[in-house]
Amino acid sequence: MSAKSTTTAPHPAGGFELPSYPRDDSSHPIMGFTGYVGTRLRTPEQPLRPLPQWLTEVTGPAFGHERVGEMDADLTRQHAGQPLGERIVVSGRVLETDGRPVPNTLVEVWQANAAGRYVHAGDRHPAPIDPNFSGAGRCVTDAEGNYRFVTIKPGAYPWLNHHNAWRPAHIHFSLFGRAFTQRLITQMYFPGDPLFDQDPIFNSVRDERAQRRLISRFDLATTVPEWALSYRFDIVLRGADATPFEDEEDDH
Amino acid sequence: MTAPLTTPSQTVGPFFAVPGALPWPDGPYVVPGGTPGAIRITGRVLDGAGEPVPDALVETWQADPDGGLGHPDDPRALAITGGRPFRGFGRCATDPDGRYWILTAKPGPLPTPDGRVEAPHLDVSVFARGLLQRLVTRIYFPDETAANAQDPVLSEIADHDVRATLIARAEGDGLRFDIHLQGPDETAFFAV
Repeated sequence: MSAKSTTTAPHPAGGFELPSYPRDDSSHPIMGFTGYVGTRLRTPEQPLRPLPQWLTEVTGPAFGHERVGEMDADLTRQHAGQPLGERIVVSGRVLETDGRPVPNTLVEVWQANAAGRYVHAGDRHPAPIDPNFSGAGRCVTDAEGNYRFVTIKPGAYPWLNHHNAWRPAHIHFSLFGRAFTQRLITQMYFPGDPLFDQDPIFNSVRDERAQRRLISRFDLATTVPEWALSYRFDIVLRGADATPFEDEEDDH
Repeated sequence: MTAPLTTPSQTVGPFFAVPGALPWPDGPYVVPGGTPGAIRITGRVLDGAGEPVPDALVETWQADPDGGLGHPDDPRALAITGGRPFRGFGRCATDPDGRYWILTAKPGPLPTPDGRVEAPHLDVSVFARGLLQRLVTRIYFPDETAANAQDPVLSEIADHDVRATLIARAEGDGLRFDIHLQGPDETAFFAV
């Protein structure tokens, strides 16, 4: 499989410390939020069991630039022509709760096109597919945790959750961080969306301050003049209480 | 300075498989095809009515066969692996029958900080439309009876039938691990 030293005993008898990632339940949605019909047959009925944070939990995969193609961070340049819609920059930082950046971590995004339609066989919304827009991107954060995408502002779209239900415009984000404990999939929304109040997915987050952390902010400073408007969205992952081995990030 | 609070989870939704998005072509290959001793783990994700979940994403994370994780927060990492030769990660979207699969190698046992030993296991994340947060479970191996009996996570589960939901079973040349999101056969899920 992989050549490696066999000089170390496979399981030394403990005596080491691992980082600890405090839980952050108050930030997160209610799992079986009743307004969201899709939860009903999919949410466990038994209480979750505590899992210690041991070696498997405090580590995680390290995907980086090898998974990112040249056009992956610019969703407007993945086809022969320009997609329709409002061109935007979406950028921000991936941080831990102590404010430390998460460098060199893979960020994946996907979204509907400007008309509110996904390039997916399951999407029945009678809005046009844009032949110049697939709606998927990825990039890797830099040493300061910065990421940046160029894309098209997604449209709102109807879904069948309740009468006349519409999803607020959003971009899906997937993040690894540095540990299994930090894995996060979320959605970025746009400021001032009139559809927030009737959306059970947004409202499954009950803490208003936590809800606000799902909403990007318009940012004139990072617009590209004569080209694209810009939204900033910082993403905060669970941080470790302390890193017993290194005080500073030291990623060689 | 006020510490920033974490960004809430939201559902992965039904459309994560748009071209070029989460289902990577090599996603299920924790180890490359043809790797000697590789194990194929397959199973179905089922909802509370016993119906397949055709729009789930199953991810796995695990140590290598020597128990190495190649991670800077593993105090044994440099001694054991000297780097990251092992990907350790699998990802597979379910098909219309709710079926997923990965190809992997059995991980080694792992020491705990308090001197016990965890039996070989994979950590699993399940994402799907209708799940507002991921679900976390573990896959243990059926041919590790002695190690499983000593495993500190399995040992915490008093109910034999619930404990059994975490142990894959032999099927053909590989292993079978079904994930029941809800109902009488509900898989044991963890808060990590």
